[in-house]
Amino acid sequence: MKDPNTEPCAHVPLASPPELSRRKFLARFSLAVGSVGALIVAVPVVGFIVAPFFKRKVEVWRSVGKVQGFKVGETVAVDYEDASPLPWAGVTAKSAAWLRRENADTFIAFSINCTHLGCPVRWLPKANLFMCPCHGGVYYEDGAVAAGPPPLPLPRYPVRVKDGDVQIQTSPLPISK
Amino acid sequence: MLKRIFHQVRDWVDDRTGLPEMIGKKARHLVPPDAKWWYVFGSATLCAFMVQVVTGIALAFSYIPSSGEAYATLHFISDEAPFGHFLRGLHYYGASAMVLMVGLHMAQVFLAGSYKFPRELNWATGVLLLAFTLAMGFTGQLLRGDQNAVWTVVVAAEQAGRAPFIGQWLGHFILGGATVGGATFTRFFAIHVFIMPSFIFAFVGLHLWLVLRHGISEPPKAGQPVDPKTYRQEYQELIKKKGRPFWPDAAWRDAVFCVAMIGVIAVLALVSGPPQLGKPPDPSIIDATPRPDWYFMWYFAVLALLPHGTEQYVLIYGPLLVGIILMGLPFIFNRGERSLRRRPWAIAIVVMIVVMIATLWLEGVKSPWSPNFKAQPLSASVVGATNGPVFLGGRLFHDKGCINCHLIGDDGGRRGPDLTDVAGRLSKNQMILRIANGAVNMPAYAGNLTPAEMDALLAFLETRKIQRP
Repeated sequence: MKDPNTEPCAHVPLASPPELSRRKFLARFSLAVGSVGALIVAVPVVGFIVAPFFKRKVEVWRSVGKVQGFKVGETVAVDYEDASPLPWAGVTAKSAAWLRRENADTFIAFSINCTHLGCPVRWLPKANLFMCPCHGGVYYEDGAVAAGPPPLPLPRYPVRVKDGDVQIQTSPLPISK
Repeated sequence: MLKRIFHQVRDWVDDRTGLPEMIGKKARHLVPPDAKWWYVFGSATLCAFMVQVVTGIALAFSYIPSSGEAYATLHFISDEAPFGHFLRGLHYYGASAMVLMVGLHMAQVFLAGSYKFPRELNWATGVLLLAFTLAMGFTGQLLRGDQNAVWTVVVAAEQAGRAPFIGQWLGHFILGGATVGGATFTRFFAIHVFIMPSFIFAFVGLHLWLVLRHGISEPPKAGQPVDPKTYRQEYQELIKKKGRPFWPDAAWRDAVFCVAMIGVIAVLALVSGPPQLGKPPDPSIIDATPRPDWYFMWYFAVLALLPHGTEQYVLIYGPLLVGIILMGLPFIFNRGERSLRRRPWAIAIVVMIVVMIATLWLEGVKSPWSPNFKAQPLSASVVGATNGPVFLGGRLFHDKGCINCHLIGDDGGRRGPDLTDVAGRLSKNQMILRIANGAVNMPAYAGNLTPAEMDALLAFLETRKIQRP
């Protein structure tokens, strides 16, 4: 009488090693089949969660006001909508920048995010300083670090004048290295 | 008659499910006789977690995890929904209790040396549960969906950004995109409500299984060191001879403590209420003062007080190092004395950690490093002049931002030295040097003040002298 455990299984293609018993095979087979099942589910799940971060971002220019609305030498907060906000983003779709009119047609746009840990810096117009409310970072009017923990100057955003409008290019949150 | 039917039904369920037998057996496992009030913190943590699960599910009935709407639903829950204010309070103080109980439980286990052989993995799973608990606290604060939540996400993303190689990517992963936006809150909702709780359930299960497998550690006695070769046998003998069933001989203390804790949570929720909602989650509102919830307040202080240039390493490698130390502890010190009489350093370590966190926490609450943006111009009585250079200097002291970081009497900030008595400490030349050149935590004003302004400021500062008898 033949031992069913050593009998070659009809479903196994080609020769299995002789020591592979039916029971061992079934155990490995179940694990393998289970892994395939897990993989089928895992691919879309992980893809859904991670893929958005590999999508190429298209940045856009957003108008923040007419040129004549800004006084030369003044630094003011402007806000604009992110590049491609989700429909349910509500007010979280907004971003802000500190905009200064340097002269007739040059503007500088500073990030509002402190390079220490990202808190929103405030402009003190009479003191000509940016101050951070979180850990006491201070920047000079050109964005250079004046005091406190920030490792880098305030980042600047691309800004241009087009058809009489001041436009800022949307940018990702500046993350300091 | 009724009683008989009841018994019949009960016996039938017992027979068909087998559950009462299984649960009863586990519940009546033998525990050391003198395991008393010191042993309640673990079950209290679990109890607080159950409060969180139940109140969290209730809150989810009205909460919309959308960046645009979360804030409105929070207002609805807090201001309009019956019991909503109370429920949010329960969830907040429940979270606080959970963090506190995890800490107490950990300290107790450490002080009693209970993490030693064979309970290394009890400790290790506990460390993971601590991490999950803190992650829950952090993500929970974000789901409040107000301005503070937005800036907390940003601060988290910036911290992650310091990680080598993947920092940038990790930072944007936390935001759910390039900026805070529609994707941010839904992701944190999924993490807070599904992922982290699943981990907690799984690891609480494992943690409890390990407790049953190795038994509750007996209170330590000096001169009875743990020897992996003999410990198990000694423990079994002790339990066989003197053990008491956990249910109900020990469990009643857990029940009493748990109920007392829920009572405190409920009273706090009613009396103090949940944290006030801040402004709307609009990232373009610059007028913000981001602060973490109390359990991270000490870390907020760490971030402010780190020597400049070191944070690059501390932010990333600090938590990593703490994790490695905590995880490695039971494997490195898995034998030997458990009693505190033979482990004085254990007391010293716990005291040091508590003192350190408490000190940093107090500093975090005061946050003297933050500029005082509310500082008003100094009053004439403080300045002591209504015209002339002293008056002008007093105004400049406000306008140039000095007052944001320096005190004059009770007005101003606390980042830099108190200048109420500056003329008593510094000569005019010394003042000029400081003002012109600045310092690590002070801007240089050389290019920011005209000579006339500098003179006026100095004239004002030279009058800042406390009259001494």
